[in-house]
Amino acid sequence: MVKKGNPTFLKYFFFVALGYYCTLLRINIRLVNTIEQDQSLLKGLAENDKNSIETIYRLNYSMIQTFVLNNNGSVDDARDIFQEAMVVLYEKSRATTFSLSCQIKTYVYSICRRLWLKRLQQLSKFSTQVESLEDTVTVDEEIEEHEKINNDFIIMEHALGKIGEPCKSLLDAYYLQKKNMVEIAGEFGYTNADNAKTQKYKCLIRLKKLFFAQYKNA
Amino acid sequence: MEDILLLETVERYLSGDMSAEEVVVFEDLRKKNADVDQMVVEHTYFLQGLDKYGVIKSFKHSLHEVEANLYNEGIFDAPKLTSKKMVVNFWNKYKRNMAVAASIAGFISLLTLGLMITYTKKYSNDHYVDLVKELIKTNTDVSKLKNNHVIRPVNEKPEPKVDFRGTGFLIDGKGYLVTNAHVISKMKNIYVENTKGQFFATATVYTDNNVDLAILKINDTAFKVITSLPYSIKKANSDLGEQFFTLGFPRDEIVYGEGYVSAKSGNDGDTTSYQLTVSANPGNSGGPVINSNGEIIGIITAKDSKADGVVYAAKSKNIFKLLDKLKKEDNRYELIKTPVNTNLKGLERTQQVKKMEEFVYMVVGN
Repeated sequence: MVKKGNPTFLKYFFFVALGYYCTLLRINIRLVNTIEQDQSLLKGLAENDKNSIETIYRLNYSMIQTFVLNNNGSVDDARDIFQEAMVVLYEKSRATTFSLSCQIKTYVYSICRRLWLKRLQQLSKFSTQVESLEDTVTVDEEIEEHEKINNDFIIMEHALGKIGEPCKSLLDAYYLQKKNMVEIAGEFGYTNADNAKTQKYKCLIRLKKLFFAQYKNA
Repeated sequence: MEDILLLETVERYLSGDMSAEEVVVFEDLRKKNADVDQMVVEHTYFLQGLDKYGVIKSFKHSLHEVEANLYNEGIFDAPKLTSKKMVVNFWNKYKRNMAVAASIAGFISLLTLGLMITYTKKYSNDHYVDLVKELIKTNTDVSKLKNNHVIRPVNEKPEPKVDFRGTGFLIDGKGYLVTNAHVISKMKNIYVENTKGQFFATATVYTDNNVDLAILKINDTAFKVITSLPYSIKKANSDLGEQFFTLGFPRDEIVYGEGYVSAKSGNDGDTTSYQLTVSANPGNSGGPVINSNGEIIGIITAKDSKADGVVYAAKSKNIFKLLDKLKKEDNRYELIKTPVNTNLKGLERTQQVKKMEEFVYMVVGN
């Protein structure tokens, strides 16, 4: 029996309270740590920093792989899905009005889950009841946005594949690598920058034609 | 060139390389010319798309590099599954296929079962009917192969009313036929019809119930004497296993049959007949049994209703005995001359039948 005022009881109470406080503090610290880490990771991601990408892979990939494998997928499926989710996250991190309302982990999981669900539906092989072990957030908007961007990406890739060389390299050097015309003229062997410029515009007109022809079909 | 110039101008406008004056002029042009305006919008969109493409492409490149690094660490290895987990995984992956396969298998087995039940039932029913038939027949072990109460339309004159039907064949071109005694026993008026459909009125000349044979004579002016018959009649006994064929009228049409001599005596040890293995039906009575040389070796008389394919035939030498008796009794029939030579020897079976069939008659009467 414990009586009031018993020094042993007080001692116990003190220790229990201390333990509880410490636990709370630790959770808090960890939470703060996570948020800080996430933000620095996203910043790195927006800058195409390989270390950040690798860290995100290490922290999240195994969870996604387990999820895909448990839902009629293979390791390759998991890699595909995770890559796509990374692109979505990258797009989001680059957006000026960006704010992540949840942890990267939850976000990536939600995206992957949604993407995998969609793929299963396309295969119409299995029922779309996918078991969910983690918390999810609504990501429909992002997925829709991503699909649009992905669609444009594929069309552009296709059009660039069609125009052939040296147009492809020429446009790549100017528009993607942002080199100036003088540099390009030297690299490609044009007599002067104006010639290179004229050639570049010719290529651009062709690329635009190809791109918009496909774009209208799609 | 104009396109390029315009494009260059648009790009300069978009990148902000234009001087303030130029911008004013160009914006004025945009307002006036909808095509130029459209082009600016389109190019803006296109350049944005190209830019995005480049950004994503370089990001994907980084992703691949990171992945290649991590790949060596084994992060993408599939987890090793224990056997129990493998079974569970396999089950999860293929449970739908299994369900479909199982339901198809179930459906097929049910279908097969259903079909089997239906057909087995049918078969046993048939068998049952057969048994009833046999029971009726067992009253007489040897049933006479006579087709009773046949009602058939007859186009030819003399249009006889037909109650019974059997088979007969010529033994003399002058119109003498041999058939079974039981075929004509109940007939008051006898007619014969050949395969050409000609009817001839016929009279009984001689009957011997012991050997169940009868000799008929066609008494019809329409009948033309046949100078020679293609077959002969064998005097000697046939050997066991001798192959033969038969012609007869179990139907309205002549029917061919094939068999072999299976015993030298007939029913109940009757030495005047053979036991044959051949298919015979009511109507075959009196039909010739011809060996491969074209010799008549017997006359079909009866069949065992209990045993399958057991048919009895009077031996052909009985015909000679009968003729001898007939000639003794009445010298009018001295002139009956049976064919001695066969010209069917060595012919194909179909040729033999073709040559013979017109001398095999349907014996009908009322």
